[in-house]
Amino acid sequence: MESADLKLDGNAIGGLLGEVFVGELTVARSTCGTCGAVREIGALAVYAHAPGAVVRCPSCEAVLLRVARGEDRIWLELQGVSCLELRAPA
Amino acid sequence: MPETPRVSSLVLDVPGWGGHRPGQHVDVRLTAEDGYQAQRSYSLAAPADGERLVLTVERLEDGEVSPFLVDELRPGDMFELRGPIGGYFVWDGGGPLHLVAGGSGVVPLMAMLRHRAGGDAPASATLLYSSRTLGDVIYREELDRRAGSDPTLTVVHTLTREQPEGWRGYARRIDLEMLAEVFDRSETEASVFVCGPTRFVEVAADGLVGLGYEPSRVKTERFGPT
Repeated sequence: MESADLKLDGNAIGGLLGEVFVGELTVARSTCGTCGAVREIGALAVYAHAPGAVVRCPSCEAVLLRVARGEDRIWLELQGVSCLELRAPA
Repeated sequence: MPETPRVSSLVLDVPGWGGHRPGQHVDVRLTAEDGYQAQRSYSLAAPADGERLVLTVERLEDGEVSPFLVDELRPGDMFELRGPIGGYFVWDGGGPLHLVAGGSGVVPLMAMLRHRAGGDAPASATLLYSSRTLGDVIYREELDRRAGSDPTLTVVHTLTREQPEGWRGYARRIDLEMLAEVFDRSETEASVFVCGPTRFVEVAADGLVGLGYEPSRVKTERFGPT
């Protein structure tokens, strides 16, 4: 199997990110720290076959964020995102 | 409820379910006796009927979750469910719909068509649906029935592996020419949703963008091998 078969969309990690953030994160907008492209999380490229998920910018392929779930904790690395715009909780 | 030899629909009673939108999914988590957990995402196949949900699940041979859901689950069994999830690959009604499905990628798109059928005077909808064989077409009878009774709904099938005798539909993988023939590009305000295996989605989404669809209007949901 080639890695091309393992590419998913930001939708795929909506449940996991929902454990960290308040509200629906797949419609949050992230700005790529490398190329500046602004996309909704649902439109990002997700590679979920590693232990955890790697999320890349669909425009320049740079790694935006990594998220991994352990038994009782979550690791979230956001180094590639320069801005995350979320809807404020009502 | 079997849909095809490999695909079944599950009807779930979820106490406290607060409703969901067409295109959303749930995460199903199974826990083995030794504590091992496996979790997968499945699309909701229909609008919520109170606290009753429908998931449609394709059995994957080496899957950790789908063989249990399709083969072993019995009425009365319970498991963990998280959702509804997703706000991106979601249709809230209104305007024409252009849908492209590969295999079980039809499930969230069917939720949109079922939702649409419940509304008044719906705008047009077109579904291009790629399956391997006629027997692999999920919801075939319902799609035929809906398309037969609703002049604003068009369902176009392509069968990529095997076609029955006298088949008059498409008989190849989707390509630019097929997308151009099936979809009315004058409907520039159409909502476009593409769901299927990763490579299918890439071909369909690239094709639609190549035909002039605004990339941000083409929403995709890929599913992986397990």
